[in-house]
Amino acid sequence: MTDKRINLEVNGEALEASPGQMLIEVTDKANIYIPRFCYHDKLSIAANCRMCLVEVEGANKPVPACATPVAPDMKVHTRSPYAIAAQKATMEFLLINHPLDCPICDQGGECELQDLAMGYGRDVSRFSEGKRSVKDENLGPLVSTDMTRCIHCTRCVRFGEEIAGIQELGTMGRGEHMRISTYVAKTVDHELSGNIIDLCPVGALNNKPYRFAARAWEMEQRESIAPHDCVGSNIYAHVLRGVVKRVVPRPNEAVNETWLSDRDRFSYEGIYSEDRLKVPMVKENGVWQERSWEDALEHVALKLRQSGSDIGALVSPSSTCEEAWIINRLFEHAGSADLDSRLRRTDFHDQNNDPVYPSLGIPIAELEQQQGVLLVGSDLRREAPILAHRLRKAALKGCSVGVLNAVDHPYLFTVADTHIVEPDEWCATLAGLVVAAGGELPPALASMSNVSSSGSVDYLKHAPSLILLGQMAQRHPAFGTLRYLAAVLAQLTGATLGYVTDGANTAGVSLAGVLPHRSAGGKPRPEVGHNVLSMRPKTLLLVNVESVTDLSDQIDRNAIRQAAETVVAFTPYAPDTLLDDADVLLPIGTWAETSGTFVNVAGLWQSFTGVSNPVGAARPAWKVLRVLANLLKVPDSDYESSAAVLAEMRGHCESALMNNMPEFVAPESSLAERSTEISELEVSLYQGDNIVRRATALQKTQQASHERPAALVSSSTVEALNGG
Amino acid sequence: MATEHPMLSEHVRAEIDRWVAKFPPGKQRSAVISALHAVQHDNRGYLTEELMQAVAEYLDMPVIQVYEVAAFYSMFEAKPVGRCSISVCTNIACMLRGSDEILQHIENRLGIKEGESTADGKFYLRREEECLAACNNAPMLMINHKYHENLTTQKVDELLDAAATEDSK
Repeated sequence: MTDKRINLEVNGEALEASPGQMLIEVTDKANIYIPRFCYHDKLSIAANCRMCLVEVEGANKPVPACATPVAPDMKVHTRSPYAIAAQKATMEFLLINHPLDCPICDQGGECELQDLAMGYGRDVSRFSEGKRSVKDENLGPLVSTDMTRCIHCTRCVRFGEEIAGIQELGTMGRGEHMRISTYVAKTVDHELSGNIIDLCPVGALNNKPYRFAARAWEMEQRESIAPHDCVGSNIYAHVLRGVVKRVVPRPNEAVNETWLSDRDRFSYEGIYSEDRLKVPMVKENGVWQERSWEDALEHVALKLRQSGSDIGALVSPSSTCEEAWIINRLFEHAGSADLDSRLRRTDFHDQNNDPVYPSLGIPIAELEQQQGVLLVGSDLRREAPILAHRLRKAALKGCSVGVLNAVDHPYLFTVADTHIVEPDEWCATLAGLVVAAGGELPPALASMSNVSSSGSVDYLKHAPSLILLGQMAQRHPAFGTLRYLAAVLAQLTGATLGYVTDGANTAGVSLAGVLPHRSAGGKPRPEVGHNVLSMRPKTLLLVNVESVTDLSDQIDRNAIRQAAETVVAFTPYAPDTLLDDADVLLPIGTWAETSGTFVNVAGLWQSFTGVSNPVGAARPAWKVLRVLANLLKVPDSDYESSAAVLAEMRGHCESALMNNMPEFVAPESSLAERSTEISELEVSLYQGDNIVRRATALQKTQQASHERPAALVSSSTVEALNGG
Repeated sequence: MATEHPMLSEHVRAEIDRWVAKFPPGKQRSAVISALHAVQHDNRGYLTEELMQAVAEYLDMPVIQVYEVAAFYSMFEAKPVGRCSISVCTNIACMLRGSDEILQHIENRLGIKEGESTADGKFYLRREEECLAACNNAPMLMINHKYHENLTTQKVDELLDAAATEDSK
C-alpha cells in the first residue's frame, strides 16, 4: 500500500496527514485545540455534539472536525470569526437544558462543559422558557447519576458497545425527550464500568463513593501504580489533606491505555476500613496488649533470634519488591529457605520448571496483535480486566481465541475454540490438543485416559500467537502437567507461553527470591526450603496475608498454627482471624502509604511513592522490615531509602530475562494426586486481597454479591463449633 | 439467529423472517422496526419488556438497542394502551381546518384526554400527533395507522362506531 500523504493548512499552518484521517486527529496531533464533547480518540465517531464545528474554505457551512476527513489542499480555520460563531451557537444550545448547578456538582472545577462555557458561552442566557429535567437512573453502587445534566454526547453508550462489549446504556426517546438510560431498571455491571465517569464530559455520570467528598481544586494529584492485578495500571490518587479521596487512570498506552478497572478505581475505600490496625500489638497470655514500635520489634527480633533458622514466611504476591528483597535477605541471614509467595498454588512438584519470573511472555500492548490465543484455565475478566479488554480488541480484529475452562464464562467476543470440561479433565483435553497438533506425549502421560485428538489448534500456528496459563490453571492440583503440556503445545505451534499471575507483583517477589527454591534473580538455592504447603516453622511471618482468605484451601492451617510458637503478622488490618491466629500484629501501610516497586506481568518495573498519610502508627512495611534486619544484624541493611533497596535488588536481577520456556522436565506421573472442584480454582473479582475485600462500594456490586462468602469464621471458632 | 422463540407466535416469526430475508446475511438486526411492528400488532397494540427481549434474542442483538428503537419511534407503545389507536393531527394545516374541535369531540365522546386509554381498553387517544403529510385534505386522523381525511364530527362518530364494532368481533 502506498502511503500517500496529504497536505493541508490549518489556521495558516501547513500540516501533513494520512488519507482517511479525521480533521480533529490531525489538529490534536499538531496541538491545535478544537473544542469537543462527543469525540474521544478511543471511541467511534458520533458527531452529535457539534461543538467541534470549524470553517473549511469552500464549504458552504461549518463542518464538524471529528467527522470531516482530511482532503488535499484543504484550508481550515478553527479560530476564525465564522468558526467561533458556530462554536458559540452550539454552546448556547447545549446550555439551554443544562441546569447550571455547578456549585453543587461534583464535576465542577474539572468539567469539560464548564471549561468550554468559559470560552464559548454567553454571560447572560437568552433562554427564558422552562428547562427540562430528567429522572435519574440507578446504575448501581459505583456510578452516580444526575441525568438532567446530560448533554447526550453518547460517550457512555459507545463505551458500553465498543470497549466493554456489553451495551447497558442506550439513548431513549428523541428530540427534546431524548435521554440516556438503561430503559429497564438495571445496574451497570461490567468490570470496567467506572470509566464512563471519566468519559462523561459533564456531571451526569459521577463517582458515587466520592460524591460530595471533595472539590477537584482542593486535592493534590499524585502518581501511583494500581495494586490489585498483574497489569500495574498507572493511576493518579487524588488526595485531600493526606487522605485518598479517589483514584483515576493515568494514561499509559503500554499498560492500561486510558482505562482503569473498577477494582483499581474503587479499592481505595479499603484503606480507611474500620478494622485498620493502628498500633503494634502483642498477645500476652491470650490478651492483646498495645506496644510501642520499639518494644514490638524487639519482641519479634527476640523470637526470630531464638528460632534461629526455624523460621518461615508467607508473603503476599502483592508485596513490593523492596519488602520482598529485605525478607529474602533476612531469611538468607537466618539460614532459612522456608519462604513462599505462591499462596494459592498447590502443585509444586515441577517448581524447577518455573521461569525466573512468570510473565505474559510479550508486552501487554502486543496482546492486541495476536492471531491466535489459547486461554488455559483463565477467567481473564476477573484475573486482569485490562488484559481481557486487550484480548477482546485482538478478537474483534480477527484473532482466534480458544478456551479451556470448566465454566463457559462470557468473554464478550466470539470464542473460536471452546473446551468446557471439569477441571479433572483439563490435562486430558490439553493432551488431546497436543496430539492433534502432531505432538507426542511423554511416557508418563501416554497412559492418560480420555485423550481425544479431535480438536485442532491450527489457529495457534499463525504468528504471533500465545498460550496463556491463567490463575485457575496455576491453582490446579496438576498444574505441573498442564504447564508441561502447554509448553509442548507452544513448541509445536510456535506460540509464546505466558502466565496471568496472581496479585500485583508475582514477578517482583519471584525476582526478589521469596521462593523456597530460588534466591534473588532466580538463582537456585543450594538447599530447597519448604513451600507454602509443607512449612511448619517455629516462628512464622505473615506479610499482607490474612490467614483464612488469602491462602489455598489445601493448606493445613491448624498444623501450621500448632507448630508455630509465634506468628507475626505484618498487616494493615486486624480482622478477627488474625486476632485469633497471630501473636504479634505489626501495622503496615497499604500501597497508598508506602513507596515501592511492582514488576508487572510484562516485566515492567514501575516504582511509586506514598501518596497519603499513614493511618494510625502504621509504617511502610519495607521500613519495618529494615529495622528488623538491623536488629538481627543483617549485614549492610542500613538502607536509607526504598530506592536503595531497589537498586541493590536490581543489581541481582540484571540477567533475568522474560522467558517462560526453560528446559522443561517432563512430569513423572500423569495425573494429580487428588481430584479438584471448580470452586477451589475460581478467581474472585472483589475478594482477591485484603484491601479489595474492604472496599465497601465494590462489595455492594452485583458481582461481589455472587462471590462473597456467607460468613468468615476463624479456625478457633470452627474448632469450638466442632466441639474440638 | 434463533428460529424458534417461546414468546413469538408462528405468524410473527414468519413476518420477521420475511423482513430479515430482505437484508444481507448478518444484517438481520435491520429488520428490528418491522419485527416490532409485527410483535406490537400481535399483542393488540403495545410492546412489553418481555416482547422486546424476545425480538432482541430472535434478531441476535443487544436488547438495549431494541429499547432504543422502540423508544425513538412514536408508533411503538411501550406500555399498555387501548387496542384501537387514534392519532389526530393538530399541526398547523389541520389546526386551521378545525382539528382542535375534532380532538375535543373525540375526548368528549370517549371520556378520555390525550395520551389516555378508555377504561374498557378499546380506544387509545395518542398525544400530540405531528404532521402526517395529508394537509391537502385536512383535518385528518389515523385509526390504527390508517388515514381518514376531510373530517367532520359526524364522520368521526361513524369512524369510531365502525372501529368499536371491529374491535368487538
